[in-house]
Amino acid sequence: MNNADSSIWVYLSTSPLLWLTLTLLVYSAAVQLYQWSKANPLLNPVAISIISLMGVLAVTKTDYQLYFSGAQYIHFLLGPATVALAIPLYQQLSKLKKIWLSATFAISIGIVVGAISSVFIARWLGADIQTQLSIAPKAVTAPVAMGIAEKINALPSLTAALVVMTGITGALICTKLFSMLGIRDNSIKGIAVGVAAHGIGTARAFQTNAEMGAFSGLAMALSTLITALTLPWLVTLLF
Amino acid sequence: MKFLNGLTLLLVFQLIGEAISLYFSLSLPGPVLGMLLLFLSLLIFYRKKETSQKSHEDALTVSATAILSHLSLLFIPAGVGLIVHINRLEAQWLPIIVAIVLGSIITMTVTAWVMLLMNRLLKIEESNEVTSNE
Repeated sequence: MNNADSSIWVYLSTSPLLWLTLTLLVYSAAVQLYQWSKANPLLNPVAISIISLMGVLAVTKTDYQLYFSGAQYIHFLLGPATVALAIPLYQQLSKLKKIWLSATFAISIGIVVGAISSVFIARWLGADIQTQLSIAPKAVTAPVAMGIAEKINALPSLTAALVVMTGITGALICTKLFSMLGIRDNSIKGIAVGVAAHGIGTARAFQTNAEMGAFSGLAMALSTLITALTLPWLVTLLF
Repeated sequence: MKFLNGLTLLLVFQLIGEAISLYFSLSLPGPVLGMLLLFLSLLIFYRKKETSQKSHEDALTVSATAILSHLSLLFIPAGVGLIVHINRLEAQWLPIIVAIVLGSIITMTVTAWVMLLMNRLLKIEESNEVTSNE
């Protein structure tokens, strides 16, 4: 690299524009790849994009803080997107009236069993106490999980990382798992994905169909509420 | 204009949600509260004032569809944050991966089975329209 090239790089690499644009470019490429592969779940666009961008940051020795100064404009839209989940849910109102009781019950059981089993598996395989605590709220949406992590003395940023890994895992395995379990009802599939894999699972559910997406959004909201209320108490029993 | 109106309304609900969450120091985050408030508002106002709310609902649908069709993109900035914890993930990869994968399978299986059982007990019929993209 000659001098002029390197000074352009120094300038651009510290401006938000580069990292914002790169995130969008990588995501478009990942979506393209996913479509070419005829929606192979192993080529999940979120997973591919995150791994590629982590590679870019590692190779260019770029700080995550610097990357985030550009990517935050995308991150910001998570707020209004969460609010927007009310609309597909409202469109499923007649269905919701029929299943709200069984959904609420199933979500509550799913959260408690899921949190307890994850913590015990991690403990049994030798994770340290910080990791175990940070795993407990992994199934809910990142901002809430981080808030809960603070309350239970876990590491909030580690929790955020585990939340994303959990979401991607849920999105990767849900289709296969439901066909193995013989579950065909879209509202049940949606509820189960929303509880286990929050917004990333919900994004995957919307790709399958609108009903599954709407119920996944509902499950995400309800499980956020139930987890926020019960997990700090559950953790005192587990540790 | 519809997209902008809809987006503005979404932000207004998020703002109200954030304000309530902060004021009462709730553990529920603003956007989730905003979603619940928007859902309640649609329930209460939309059917009663069908005509006057019509345009708002259309604007909301336009912006919600636009923003939700790219929902997966929005998780990428936070996801790249994995890089900050790469050392811990490397040192404890086995318990972390197994807890996440098995934990997710258990959560989804238990939730789906409990709901299936409840639906049978309450005699709710299945809905299994043909799905696309699978």
